[in-house]
Amino acid sequence: MSQTISFLLLEATLETLYMVIVASLIATLVGLPLGILLYLTRKGNIIERPALHQTLAIIINMTRSVPFIILMIAVIPMTRLIVGTSIGTNAAIVPLSLAAIPFIARVVESALLEINKGLIEAALAMGATPWQIIRKVLIPEAFPSIINGLTLTVISLVGYSAMAGAVGGGGLGDLAIRYGYQRFDPGVMVITIVIMIALVQIMQSTGDWLVKKFKHFRN
Amino acid sequence: MNFLIMITLRELYKNYTTPQGTITALHNINLHVSPGEIFGIIGRSGAGKSSLIRCVNLLEQPSSGQVIVNGQDLTVLETADLRHARRKIGMIFQHFNLLSSRTVYDNVAFSLELANQKKEAMDEIILPLLELTGLSDKKNHYPAQLSGGQKQRVAIARALASSPHVLLCDEATSALDPETTNSILHLLKDIRDRLNLTILLITHEMSVIKACCDRVGILEKGHLIEENEVGEFFAYPKTDIAKNFIFSSLPQTLPPAIQEYVLATEKPNTHPVMRLQLLPSTATQPIIALLISQFGWRINILQGNMEYVKKHAMGVMLVAIDGEKSQLQNGMAYLKKIGINAEIIGHVPNDIIPFA
Repeated sequence: MSQTISFLLLEATLETLYMVIVASLIATLVGLPLGILLYLTRKGNIIERPALHQTLAIIINMTRSVPFIILMIAVIPMTRLIVGTSIGTNAAIVPLSLAAIPFIARVVESALLEINKGLIEAALAMGATPWQIIRKVLIPEAFPSIINGLTLTVISLVGYSAMAGAVGGGGLGDLAIRYGYQRFDPGVMVITIVIMIALVQIMQSTGDWLVKKFKHFRN
Repeated sequence: MNFLIMITLRELYKNYTTPQGTITALHNINLHVSPGEIFGIIGRSGAGKSSLIRCVNLLEQPSSGQVIVNGQDLTVLETADLRHARRKIGMIFQHFNLLSSRTVYDNVAFSLELANQKKEAMDEIILPLLELTGLSDKKNHYPAQLSGGQKQRVAIARALASSPHVLLCDEATSALDPETTNSILHLLKDIRDRLNLTILLITHEMSVIKACCDRVGILEKGHLIEENEVGEFFAYPKTDIAKNFIFSSLPQTLPPAIQEYVLATEKPNTHPVMRLQLLPSTATQPIIALLISQFGWRINILQGNMEYVKKHAMGVMLVAIDGEKSQLQNGMAYLKKIGINAEIIGHVPNDIIPFA
């Protein structure tokens, strides 16, 4: 393999990582509070707002029902507005984040739904404020499940980022298509796949390790 | 402010609106609990016990009426003031409700954190509480590593951390085995004696009332139908529901090995089996001797249980009887007159329980 190809592979891997990490961070920053809000506004919960909950749920479902490849193209005007261009890794981060936000919100909500309601009741009985309940009860108790969900999201984003590569987003997907497919170079194709597999493995193991570290119930 | 009363419920109502209509869970509840008293509320499931205890710290908002704790009417408080008041009302639950992500120590620290207590000052409060509840060696354990009784001890320590005036116990021993239940009830009594804490508990088990309460109230279909000092309650129950509860902790039926031969109706060569329920007012009288000498009954005791609540004796006795029909009726009429509930629960064949 030539040095140029090695360099391209390294560059593409870094681009993929960059897209996935930045998009994950943005999506978590928005998705986590959104998920908590979804949970808290549910009927019978501490900040019960059924109308708000319903509205959020509908918006989230709408976003989730658009296939990523279409979402990516549909939001091009918005991408241009934010990044200034619709091509390249930075541009790919916008649809990637957008696709991951509702996913994370749902993952967080379902992690919170697993928490025994009695814990909230106990905290209320001790005079906790809603903010204290979020910070000291909900997030710590749901933390292992949230990490599990985030791992799932990050791994999906690796796949999505390859799709973004296909339309000029850069990264491993871009490389695989241009060199592996269009230039008939099976070597490049195989190596990109191997790198992707390695990335996913590392991400899953890290996630599992974190869950194990924070989970204090084994039964 | 009346310092002779710690908890007052006044004309308390709680209604729930369901698609089928309005359900009144609590109906005109009036209750006073004195400082340092352990007050137990007993009722069957669905009687409204949970609603009642949740109204005391306003986890449930009463539909009308007043809830006064330590001289403060909670129903008129603003949200922030209510939170403040709740810090002085501890609560423990049937399923403990501990934070699984925190150690024993940090679970107890939780209630102090909510009050923005400084970390450095926490040891001073938490360590003695862990000592009191017998958890000193479990300080760094997680709830998943503890038994049910230990979990409830953590919950008690957590509830006590904010030095409350009142402790509410919501079926606190219902998920525990009898031995652990006793140790928890013992701990509650011990805490009351040491800290002069006022305890309001709800339960469906008479044994809990017997073991640790000073006064008891019976809740039935949302009504507080009877209320008394525990000894008096056992000695002079006023309602049938009270009597049922009193005898509920004693065996009321024959052992299965004998029960399988018991017939529902009288046949030749059978003897009636009678259940005698003895309340403290009659339990110390020589009833059996009296029945034998005055009515000529021949009595075969199949099962007998006597129990004491404070100085009051009570019991349930299952006996097979041999005697003349008219004398049987006379004897039963006599028992009824002196206040003993006697009931024929079946007929046992002579070859199973022979009267030699």
